[in-house]
Amino acid sequence: MSITNTDVRKVARLARLAMSETEIETARAQLAGIFDLIAEMQAVDTRNIAPMSHAQDVSQRLREDVVTATNQRELFQSIAPQVEAGLYLVPQVIE
Amino acid sequence: MLNSSLQQLGSALRARKISSVELTRLYLDRIAALNPVLNAYITTNAEASLAQARDADARLAAGTADALTGIPVAQKDIFCAKGWRTTCGSKMLANFVSPYDAHVIEQFNNVGAVNLGKTNMDEFAMGSSNETSYFGAVKNPYSQDAVPGGSSGGSACAVAARLCAAATGTDTGGSIRQPAALCGISGLKPTYGTVSRYGMIAFASSLDQAGPMARSAEDLALMLNVMTGFDERDSTSLQRAKEDYARDLAKPLDGLRIGLPKEFFAEGLSNDVAQAVNAAIAEYKKLGASIVEISLPNSRLSVPVYYVLAPAEASSNLSRFDGVRYGYRAPEYSDLTDMYEKSRAQGFGAEVKRRIMIGTYVLSHGYYDAYYLQAQKIRRLIAQDFTDAFRQCDVIMGPTSPSTAFKLGEKGDDPVQMYLSDIYTIAVNLAGLPGMSIPCGFGAANNGNPGMPVGLQIIGNYFDEVRMLNVAHQYQLATDWHSRAPQEL
Repeated sequence: MSITNTDVRKVARLARLAMSETEIETARAQLAGIFDLIAEMQAVDTRNIAPMSHAQDVSQRLREDVVTATNQRELFQSIAPQVEAGLYLVPQVIE
Repeated sequence: MLNSSLQQLGSALRARKISSVELTRLYLDRIAALNPVLNAYITTNAEASLAQARDADARLAAGTADALTGIPVAQKDIFCAKGWRTTCGSKMLANFVSPYDAHVIEQFNNVGAVNLGKTNMDEFAMGSSNETSYFGAVKNPYSQDAVPGGSSGGSACAVAARLCAAATGTDTGGSIRQPAALCGISGLKPTYGTVSRYGMIAFASSLDQAGPMARSAEDLALMLNVMTGFDERDSTSLQRAKEDYARDLAKPLDGLRIGLPKEFFAEGLSNDVAQAVNAAIAEYKKLGASIVEISLPNSRLSVPVYYVLAPAEASSNLSRFDGVRYGYRAPEYSDLTDMYEKSRAQGFGAEVKRRIMIGTYVLSHGYYDAYYLQAQKIRRLIAQDFTDAFRQCDVIMGPTSPSTAFKLGEKGDDPVQMYLSDIYTIAVNLAGLPGMSIPCGFGAANNGNPGMPVGLQIIGNYFDEVRMLNVAHQYQLATDWHSRAPQEL
C-alpha cells in the first residue's frame, strides 16, 4: 500500500497536528515503512474470529447515579494555561 | 544498606537500626551524585520525600509499620502524584503539577512508603530505549553509551544503580520487562486488571498495566502486595480477593513444567542472549523442572497487531491534550484550531506524533475494518495460542529481548527496527497475561565494552503471579545474577 503526502496531510488535520511540508514528507516515508510491517497481518484468514477488544471477558460495572466527586475548580484551574473568572479561556469561536 | 532486600530494609527500619529519614537521605545524596550522569530521575523533591520519611519514622516508632513503611520507592513519572510535577516524559506536561494521586501512589502512601522521586521514561511510554524522553535519554548503568531500554528505563536504571530501593513501572508492550532485562534487574507486569490504572497517564488502555521493578523476585512480591487491589475508579480493575504474593516463594520446583515456544528461539535472537537463556533453562532442570516444547504460531504477528491497536488507542487517549485545561499551550496562534494544532505539534515529540498519526489513520473512514478490526481478530488468535500452550505447561520461558542493550542512537532513525526490539514481550500484553523478566547472565563483551545483562522472560497463566514469583525466587536462590551490580558505581 502506498501512502501519499495528501493522505498524511489529511491524517495530520484529523489528529490536529500542525506539520510543515518537510515534516509531511518525513512522516510519509516513516509511515510507509510502518505500514509495510503492518501489512503482514492482511494475509491472515480471520473469518469467524470475533474481535478481541479487551484482555478480560468482563462487562462494565455500573454504579449508583450519585455525585461522588467534590468541587475542586480552583485547584484544577490553577494548572490551566489561561483562565479568567473561573472560566477556561480559548480563542473566540463565535462571532 | 544499598544492596539490602526490601525485607532486610524493613526489618532494619522496624528494629530502629536506621531511620527512614537516614535511609531517604542516603538515596537522595546518591541521586544528587549520580543522576547528572545517568539521568534516571526527572524530578526529585527532597523536602516532600523527607516529610514522608518523618511520618514513616513516627509510624515505625509507634509500632504500626507495614512491610514497606519508610522504604524509599521511585515512581515512574507516568503516575500522577499530588503536588509533584508529573511529566510523562513530555514537553506537553513539563510544568504539570498533579492535583491528585494515582491509585498506585495512594497505595504506597497508605503503607507509609517514601516517594523518592519521579523517574525518566520514554515520552508517554512510547519507546524501547528511553531516547524519546523530552528530558533526555537515560544511560544504562552498565555502560553509559548504551540504552537502559524503555519505556520504564529511568526506573530500571534507578534500581540497577541503587538509586532507590525499588521502583514502579508500566508495561504496554514490554516497558517493564525489556528495561528490566537490559539493566539486569527483575520486573513484573501483572495480569491485566490487577493494578488500577487510575491516575496512570493513559497510552493504550486495553494493554497498559503497572507493575513493580526491583532487584529480586522476593522484592517484587512485596511491592506487588502494595500495588494491587480493586479500585472502582478504573472500569477495568478486577474485583478479586487480596493475595499475598510472597506466600509460595519457598516452594520447591519439582514437577514444574516449563514451556519453551520454538518461535522465541528462532532467527533474530542473538547468540549471547540465547546462550544465557539456555543456561537458565538448564538450571531450572537441575531444580526439578521439566521442559515442554510448545508453539505460539501467531506470535510473529504480535508486532504488526500491536502497532495498529496501541497507536489507535493512543490517538484517542492523547486527544485530551489540547492546550485548554492543562498542559502545554503554544505561545502564538490565530484561532482555536490553530491553537490545538500548534500546541500539539510543539508539545509532543516525534515518536508520539508518529503514533498518533498511525492511530488516526487506522481508525479513519475506509481503513477501520482492514486494520483495526483485523488486528483485534488476530489479537484473539494470539491469546488463544497461549491458552492452548498453558494446557501443556505451567509457565512459559524465553528471552525478554532479542539482544542485550544497544547503543544510544543506534536505532534512533528507524522506528521499525526499534519496534522489533519488543518482539518477545508484546504478545503477553495483547493476551493480558502476566509476564516478568529476571536477570540470567551477561552477553558477550566486544570492542572493549563489557558484556551487558540478559533477561529471562517468564510468562504465566492469568492470575498466576504467585507461581511466577516462586519460579523466579527459586532460581535466584540457586544463582546470583540478580545480585550483581554495575561495577563503576
